[in-house]
Amino acid sequence: MRPFTYERAKSAQDAAVKAATTPGARFIAGGTNLLDLMKLEIETPTHLIDVNGLGMDRIEPIDGGGLRIGALVRNTDLAADARVRKDYGVLTRALVAGASGQLRNKATTAGNLLQRTRCPYFYDVNMPCNKRKPGSGCAAIGGFSRQLGVIGTSDACIATHPSDMAVAMRVLDASVETIRPDGTTRAIPIADFHTLPGQTPHVETALEKGEMIISVALPKPRGGTHIYRKVRDRASYAFALVSVAAVIGKDGKGAVALGGVAPKPWRVEGADALLPNGSKAVADRLFAGAAPREDNAFKLTLAQRTIAAVLAEAKA
Amino acid sequence: MKFDTPAGTNPIDRMKVVGQPTTRIDGPLKVGGHAPYAYEHQELPGKPAYGYVVGSAVAKGTIRSMDTSRAERAPGVVAVVTHRNAGKIAKGNFNTAMLLGGPKIQHYHQAIAVVVAETFEQARSAAALIDVDYARDRGAFDLAAAKVDAPDATGSDAPTAVGDFAGAFAAAPVQIDQTYTTPDQSHAMMEPHATIAAWEGDKLTVWSANQMVAWGAGDLARTLQIPPENVRLISPYVGGGFGGKLFLRSDVIMASLGAKAAKRPVKVALPRPFMGNNTTHRPATIQRIRLGATQDGTLTAIGHESWSGDLEGGGPESATQQTKLLYAGANRMTALRLAVLDLPEGNAMRAPGEAPGLMALEMAVDELAEKLGMDPVKLRVINDTQVDPEKPERPFSQRNLVRCLEEGAERFGWARRKAPGQVQEGRWLIGMGVAAAFRNNLNMKSGARVRLSPSGQVTVETDMTDIGTGTYTIMAQTAAEMMGVPLAKVTVKLGDSSFPVSAGSGGQWGANSSTAGLYAACVKLREAIVAKLGFGPGEATFENGQVHVGNRVADIASAAKGGEIVVEDSIEFGDLGKKFQQSTFGAHFVEVAVDRYTGEARVRRMLAVCAAGRILNPTAARSQVIGAMTMGVGGALMEELAVDKRFGFFVNHDLAGYEVPVHADIPHQEVVFLDEADDKVSPMKAKGVGELGLCGVGAAVANAIYNATGVRVRDYPITLDKHLDKLGEVV
Ligand SMILES: Cc1cc2nc3c(=O)[nH]c(=O)nc-3n(C[C@H](O)[C@H](O)[C@H](O)COP(=O)(O)OP(=O)(O)OC[C@H]3O[C@@H](n4cnc5c(N)ncnc54)[C@H](O)[C@@H]3O)c2cc1C
Ligand code: SF4
Repeated sequence: MRPFTYERAKSAQDAAVKAATTPGARFIAGGTNLLDLMKLEIETPTHLIDVNGLGMDRIEPIDGGGLRIGALVRNTDLAADARVRKDYGVLTRALVAGASGQLRNKATTAGNLLQRTRCPYFYDVNMPCNKRKPGSGCAAIGGFSRQLGVIGTSDACIATHPSDMAVAMRVLDASVETIRPDGTTRAIPIADFHTLPGQTPHVETALEKGEMIISVALPKPRGGTHIYRKVRDRASYAFALVSVAAVIGKDGKGAVALGGVAPKPWRVEGADALLPNGSKAVADRLFAGAAPREDNAFKLTLAQRTIAAVLAEAKA
Repeated sequence: MKFDTPAGTNPIDRMKVVGQPTTRIDGPLKVGGHAPYAYEHQELPGKPAYGYVVGSAVAKGTIRSMDTSRAERAPGVVAVVTHRNAGKIAKGNFNTAMLLGGPKIQHYHQAIAVVVAETFEQARSAAALIDVDYARDRGAFDLAAAKVDAPDATGSDAPTAVGDFAGAFAAAPVQIDQTYTTPDQSHAMMEPHATIAAWEGDKLTVWSANQMVAWGAGDLARTLQIPPENVRLISPYVGGGFGGKLFLRSDVIMASLGAKAAKRPVKVALPRPFMGNNTTHRPATIQRIRLGATQDGTLTAIGHESWSGDLEGGGPESATQQTKLLYAGANRMTALRLAVLDLPEGNAMRAPGEAPGLMALEMAVDELAEKLGMDPVKLRVINDTQVDPEKPERPFSQRNLVRCLEEGAERFGWARRKAPGQVQEGRWLIGMGVAAAFRNNLNMKSGARVRLSPSGQVTVETDMTDIGTGTYTIMAQTAAEMMGVPLAKVTVKLGDSSFPVSAGSGGQWGANSSTAGLYAACVKLREAIVAKLGFGPGEATFENGQVHVGNRVADIASAAKGGEIVVEDSIEFGDLGKKFQQSTFGAHFVEVAVDRYTGEARVRRMLAVCAAGRILNPTAARSQVIGAMTMGVGGALMEELAVDKRFGFFVNHDLAGYEVPVHADIPHQEVVFLDEADDKVSPMKAKGVGELGLCGVGAAVANAIYNATGVRVRDYPITLDKHLDKLGEVV
């Protein structure tokens, strides 16, 4: 870990300004991802701006329907919120499928959206990795890539985004609300929030320099059965091989998004319309143009079968 | 004491303390956080500095140049040690690669430097400032490719043959000829390798997490080329080892070199990402098994070949070991073949040989049973043997495998098992599997010192270790039984090389050998007490803190009135192990559920029935077995060090990437011990259980998965991708 300086931000805009003007600055929320990466010198910020004390830890109703989740709401609290459990069950289910109780007590809404990939080569600083060190190459391509992405990837990076929460937010059509150093705010649809790697896998989101997440807005509840199915090699405390977030109505119509397969929560709106046609049609549409590797091609089959499981559960 | 004839009746047979379920005497210390582990000792001769180890970034090659100047100038740095300033370092007897690498690099993450600083954080951040320029060499990293011209192993691992295997196999009406693979596995114990080293003049003391104190101290002296009497190794508490701490490892050497350079005590703990490549691992195997049988299930031919790899000068994973002894069969062969690989050093991990060997053999037996249309329990029963099949003049000292199988089948409800793929509950496919458990019992010379104080306190001193197994407790039970005192009157001191050399903890030899050594010392103490009191001749009975000879009675404490009585003895094992095959046995039964959609396999129920001689402490023995069963589930379902065949290293080298079971993976586990006492193994009549519990579990899980799905996966671990596309269409 490199030495760094630390400050507590006074306001959201203050934090954004400091982040934009202090070289090497990063926000820190729960620290459950950033600190681990700093210890391994995968991340080497020289200044940390603590955003914990800014009162962004509330969940509030939005006029006309919907919920606004503060950026600093802990994953545990979000999952346990009565309104979330009642109207956005897929989100609660996704959250409690992630990490462990202790981690969820610390992890925040914004930090969860911005957690970095779990590609094992990203984690080993002796290995080439375009995401960690732009231009150094990608050790995962041609290597051990069982956990990695099958779609939306590029020849520069095949990493996945590991969040469970974000997959549920994607199916709920959430938007990420931010503040910029000049004090302006904007709402970024979650579909546009995470970016695909292309030739710049170190760029992972649409956030601008200094831009800070202040909240996540959920639109009016989407009726139907809320399901989050996470498939992994052990029963708990593991990242998804494939996960499926779905909200499905009695008529068989609904929305579906996948985790564990792409650099961002993977949803193709055209695939939603195919839900009444069964899992094969949905999977074919979701994975059109997929580029699996030899050791992760099973994810295509697994995704189709997991969607089938979800459809069966929704019917039951 | 020499143990060369079967044990007669002795005080242990009373089983007033030994054999009784006893909670660990060190439990309160551990749960209270007062038991010092290697990194936590406070009784140091100076303020410690912190060492951080740098590992090689390449798997094979040479360090062309190394620039440590930035690290040396970094805040708080006290010393930087590399091969250039370490002085002469030799290789120990037990490790294959040098524990300090450079200029030659033998494997990825081989230690090449230690940075010592005032704080851990300073040492870690300075360690990242060392610039190394490597000349990379091509290496061999692919077992399947290197297997082709791998030669036979030699010595005790040389091929064996009895009868005419080839002819009998060819003639057998029912045959199995399959290849099975097991991956590289990591010990992944909770406490990382850790050491504090302190020099006082030319005397070196290390507080280190080590299973085998005398081996460690000896190899430390050898490696640093200092006289053995100048080394003291202290290891009272060890947070798990599983074989990973059998030998001297880089933490000890780097702490010692760092302390010498820093001229003060230095603490080194290997960070978790070093677990996969800096330390040792269980080598992967490729195993071919051929079984030939007649229609009635009699095995006529048993052939087992296994390939594994290791660094030049290393050894094979002896996966054929159990096949020499487990089943009868007139014609048989085994062969171990060893390829040279430039992956990190392979070495012993819990039940080396048998653990991966049984994963293959017991799956092959299941396949044979199916081909024969025979119940797999029955197939095993009819091929039981009471003698060493390779040397029929050697009977087993005691062998109750059949009882384990039959009693287990009864308790588990085995009769309800259906044909493969027949039982479904909702989305779950349900199956049951069985496998035999087998692990040899090994005995090692073991010594102990016993003191009797004027207050009647009995103190035991031996360099034996407690690696979480419960050694403290069984030693106290043994001394209490022998001396006729309550447990509270016994103090046990372990894990110090200044104490008599013991068997140490490994190969499941620790419990039986070390308590037998203590038995010998207690026999001597009993004699000394009787002599001191002037009682005798006549048979002495020790109970309730008193000694009785004829009608004379005295408190044993009174014998020490004039001063503490101190005796020392050891147990040495004669040739009973040659005359009788000494092994431990068991049967594992497992029920699994496999998700029909996703292929996820989850274990629902497990039962182990074990026959392992006298069980010294049923509470601790059960813990050993359920822990081993848990490890077996890991081996069956998830554990695998993934090899990168280009860069030559294990990629998933931390606990996020190397998955072991979590609580949610482990269901109800039941353990039954048959009531046994084996008089041919030791005066304790006990054998090991610590490894037996792991042997065969993996195959029982695999066989249960097959029974659930009807899809046979022969490559461990059985992750969902290996059978997913054969589970039938789902829409
Ligand atoms: C062992 C382990 C297992 C895990 N398993 C799972 C799992 O199964 N599923 C899963 O989804 N997750 C898992 N996680 C990841 C966990 O969810 C994340 O670590 C956590 O959500 C990050 O939140 P945090 O608040 O601690 O973020 P931090 O570590 O504080 O920050 C993460 C990033 O977000 C940035 N950031 C923080 N707040 C803001 C803000 N307001 N605006 C802009 N940027 C900000 C930081 O600068 C940093 O780059 C696991 C983590 C661990 C350590
Ligand atoms: S897949 Fe991406 S994160 Fe992984 S090594 Fe390649 S560039 Fe790095």
